[in-house]
Amino acid sequence: MTNQEAAEKIMTQFTGSTFLCNEFRGEVTLEFDRGLIEDVCRYAKEELGFSFLVDVSSVDNIETKLEEKGRFEVVYELYSYVDYICLRLKIRVPEENPLVKSVTSLWRGADWHEREIYDMMGIKFENHPDLRRILMWEGYPYFPLRKDFPLAGKPTEIPDVAFSQAAPLEGGPFVTRPADHSYQREPRPKTFQPGDMD
Amino acid sequence: MSNFRTVEVVSPDAARKVAAAIEEHPDLVDEKMILNMGPQHPATHGVLRLVLEIDGEIVSKCTADIGYLHRGDEKIAENMTYTQFIPYTDRLDYLAPLANNVAYACAVEKLMGYDIPERAKIIRVISCEMARISSHLLGLGAMSMDLGAMTVFIYTFNEREKIYNLSELLTGARFTTSYTRIGGLSRDLHPEFIPALKSFIGQFPPKIDEVENLLSKNRIFVDRCKDIGVITKEKAVNQGLTGVNLRGSGLDYDIRKAHPYIGYENYEFEVPIGSVGDCYDRYKCRIEEMRQSVKIIEQAIKRLDSFGGGLNSDPDQFPITVCDPKNILPKKADVLTKMEELINQFMIVTAGIDAPVGEIYFGAENPKGELGFYINSRGGGVPHRMKIRSPSFVSISFMDELLRGYMVSDVPSIIGSLDIVMGECDR
Repeated sequence: MTNQEAAEKIMTQFTGSTFLCNEFRGEVTLEFDRGLIEDVCRYAKEELGFSFLVDVSSVDNIETKLEEKGRFEVVYELYSYVDYICLRLKIRVPEENPLVKSVTSLWRGADWHEREIYDMMGIKFENHPDLRRILMWEGYPYFPLRKDFPLAGKPTEIPDVAFSQAAPLEGGPFVTRPADHSYQREPRPKTFQPGDMD
Repeated sequence: MSNFRTVEVVSPDAARKVAAAIEEHPDLVDEKMILNMGPQHPATHGVLRLVLEIDGEIVSKCTADIGYLHRGDEKIAENMTYTQFIPYTDRLDYLAPLANNVAYACAVEKLMGYDIPERAKIIRVISCEMARISSHLLGLGAMSMDLGAMTVFIYTFNEREKIYNLSELLTGARFTTSYTRIGGLSRDLHPEFIPALKSFIGQFPPKIDEVENLLSKNRIFVDRCKDIGVITKEKAVNQGLTGVNLRGSGLDYDIRKAHPYIGYENYEFEVPIGSVGDCYDRYKCRIEEMRQSVKIIEQAIKRLDSFGGGLNSDPDQFPITVCDPKNILPKKADVLTKMEELINQFMIVTAGIDAPVGEIYFGAENPKGELGFYINSRGGGVPHRMKIRSPSFVSISFMDELLRGYMVSDVPSIIGSLDIVMGECDR
């Protein structure tokens, strides 16, 4: 079974739902509605042999053309030790209600990956056994990997626990931002305001 | 595939017996104690903090607290060009920086669709295997020191010192190597490198035997490793363990064999796998992997002769970077004399390479396990999102389940055998 065939099997199994199938550099990405994630993962694991959850990551799409479909993306990388193939599953999560069903019941390894996404991006996972912050300390108020969180950081304080201050970035280090046109890609001092990139 | 198997030795498993006794007499168990271990505990290999709930001498729960070394590498990556991020990869698994450099460069090359020249591939294989030997030496040395075998630590560090010297010849730096570039390498081999490497691998295999004899025939070491920290194959897969921790449990999976990158299909080597999945199996697998790495390096040196040799005989015929003038830094002499190269150099340094829109995941077989990069590109020289999948993060997440039922004195051997490094766990 190739990864293309695996994607087709999932699409035939869940007929009636919309799937978006992409191929890039030999990797297949299946994008679908977030309500289906647990069912698709269970089918992929139990019927198609994707026993290894390599990674779960998240993407923030603020200020891009993709934002209308939902601000966040959660990306699952699956791997099969039977057919030696990879498959990427992707769901969209809106900002207003960032809630996704947890897949920890299928793969124990998803536990910390989902905690990290909650910690960094603020996406919550339903039925997660222990959804706490993992890299930042308990009580930290922000989600640092969101695009509207500045690179320099923000000042916070929890007395007797921890505090943070914005790093002095004025005038450097020079940072570069992704953009379509090369004139926008020239490095400038980082004083990020939403709307800067227009 | 492999004819390497560990030998079964019967040893009394005190922890198991006590754990079974507790199940028979639950009324005897009432008081539990919280023991804080770390973040400055030497046996935790960095700034890992474990909060152990212990019942007498038995660990009944373990809460791992990480994040002490969190630097926000993923956030930083979103704010700089692909090339600028290379030095940050040195600081992921800081015991094998060369392997991280290669993994990251391969990930970006997958995004760009490059196939790098054969000479660069061979040099990358050599540097990856050097990194593997170096990392395993430290892993074994630190593990045996935690278990009281100080001598081994001195032996392995003596050898690591030689690898650092080689690394200095190869890259100019001993520790933070930053050796790869997108599409190739930062520089070609130093004329003294291959002779130095040959003399290193000539004297190294007997040293592995010495280390193995010091440990495998050491009653204390064997007793503290045998049947301790047993991971079944199913649990290892379900948890997502990779590398030696997975192979120690008996699953024959190595990315170098399953999905060969940088030309690993051209080398003959065996992948050692364990049978029980305890600390001893993982230790044995590491020892054997070092021998296989030596074998790979020997073949790579031989293979290099048909691609320019130790001192590149014809740099034009055997380049070390792909040919893509708009995305690969030109030679300094050309920058100073030619207009086109000057423009390209300026654009690559300021705006970065011109990556296509798309997303890729690339996982490499690093000494600690699968180090993966998920890159989400919206075009241009900067990733929109880069996620680093680190093997140590996954290994530590398994700690709670793994430590339950073992004694406090088993904790150092289990942590040592998982071979974790906090630099890549916290990123």
